[in-house]
Amino acid sequence: MSSLFANWVAVLFGSIIGTLLVAVALVGNRLLAPRDPGRMKGTSYECGMLPIGRAEGNIHVRYYLFAILFLLFDVEAAFLFPWAVVFRSIGAFAFWEMTLFLAILMGGLAYAWKKGVLRWS
Amino acid sequence: MMPVLGYWFGIAWLDAILRLAVIAGVMTVVVIFLTYAERKVIARVQQRLGPTRTGPAGLLQGVADALKLVLKEDLRPTTADRWVFELAPFMVFVPVFLTFVAVPFTRDLGVRFLSLGLFYIVAVSSLNIVGFIMAGWGSDNKYALLGGVRAAAQMISYEVPLVLTVLGVAMVASSLDIRVITERQDVVPYIVWQPLAFVVFIIAGLAEMNRTPFDIPVAESEVVGGPTVEYSGIRWSFFQLAEYSSLFVLSALGADLFLGGYIWPFGSNPPGWLQLILILVKTSFMILMIFWVRATFPRLRIDQLMSYCWKVLIPVTVAQLFFNGLVLVYRWPDILLLVFSGALLVGATAATAVAVRRAARRPRDAQAVRDRRLQYARGA
Repeated sequence: MSSLFANWVAVLFGSIIGTLLVAVALVGNRLLAPRDPGRMKGTSYECGMLPIGRAEGNIHVRYYLFAILFLLFDVEAAFLFPWAVVFRSIGAFAFWEMTLFLAILMGGLAYAWKKGVLRWS
Repeated sequence: MMPVLGYWFGIAWLDAILRLAVIAGVMTVVVIFLTYAERKVIARVQQRLGPTRTGPAGLLQGVADALKLVLKEDLRPTTADRWVFELAPFMVFVPVFLTFVAVPFTRDLGVRFLSLGLFYIVAVSSLNIVGFIMAGWGSDNKYALLGGVRAAAQMISYEVPLVLTVLGVAMVASSLDIRVITERQDVVPYIVWQPLAFVVFIIAGLAEMNRTPFDIPVAESEVVGGPTVEYSGIRWSFFQLAEYSSLFVLSALGADLFLGGYIWPFGSNPPGWLQLILILVKTSFMILMIFWVRATFPRLRIDQLMSYCWKVLIPVTVAQLFFNGLVLVYRWPDILLLVFSGALLVGATAATAVAVRRAARRPRDAQAVRDRRLQYARGA
């Protein structure tokens, strides 16, 4: 049995056991807790008043801007992980290559900063 | 203690199930007592007593709370998006539970020691952002929706500095295996070489867990609890369980990555019981520090915390990566790692202090200034 299987089977069972943990607790709650649904209990909370309309409004555009910026940095991070382990054995070339990459990325961040993307209000 | 590569009963998958079952049990007990410990610590800081009535010195308070949550009626708004609402607790809790798979507590104690452990933890722990968005969207509640998108914005933003700091440590250790990283610290823990990384790790970790001072997405006084408004009883308790388990995992991970985990300062091979004591002491230290922060700091506004992340933390952590690479690739003495990282830490602190002071002097917004000038001009 390979160690790859032995390692990642734990991840598989981790997701199964984690899901079961929540499911069992929910079933236990269903069996133990009182159930007395009522019309007012089924309304969503809005300061004790009846809710006005649905909560399906538009989301402000600044959330999307941060999400796009995050995507760039996250892809870059996925790229940096293998590099961080091996760059010493490759040497100075790998280091300056990644420095160039980071510089371009930081240039982008500086541009976004100057454009006011990072300003929340 | 088990042998290093041995599996219980010699069967890998059975071993995985058993170890995960142990983790599930330990995690539940730890979380129950962490909630008690947090209330007690914060109470003492604020010169109160905290829980005293349930059991000796209130020790059973967490157990009583857990029982209450199981026995509480489970409510779901009739207008909620049913499946999104019901699956959100799974989506929040399961990724946190999965991070336990890769955390080494001692040399032999842990579920699995993945060679990509650090990458795995970073990848998996970011999944529960989806759960918060689901909870916010599915509840059909305006506060929940606002809290959910705020939580998402904050968690994805602070994800970046968190990843960049653990990368700094991975560069110094040349490995992503957390056990290898820990064992490289038998002489000097990495907090010495990477002080900036340690500080940013704690700050970003606080933000990832939505804890004070970054608790604006779940603030009671502003969005009445954020994504969890409509969750009650057992469903709500899974959000709580996820928060405190990730507090535990993050502290154990911080102890492993920066404080020398189960090794430092007792040489490269301390006996098993000593390893366990070391990791427990260091993890408790991290947890107490986080409780202390919660008792002391006021809440940040969302614009403040977003700009702090993007304008301070990310540039300095990227700079730290650059200097780490420079020192390591040209084989300069290790002490320069400390010099650069420390200088960046001082610089970041000073820049933040200056920015805060300038913002405090500046009136709230330009419109208010113009209004006031107009009033002066009219002689009011």
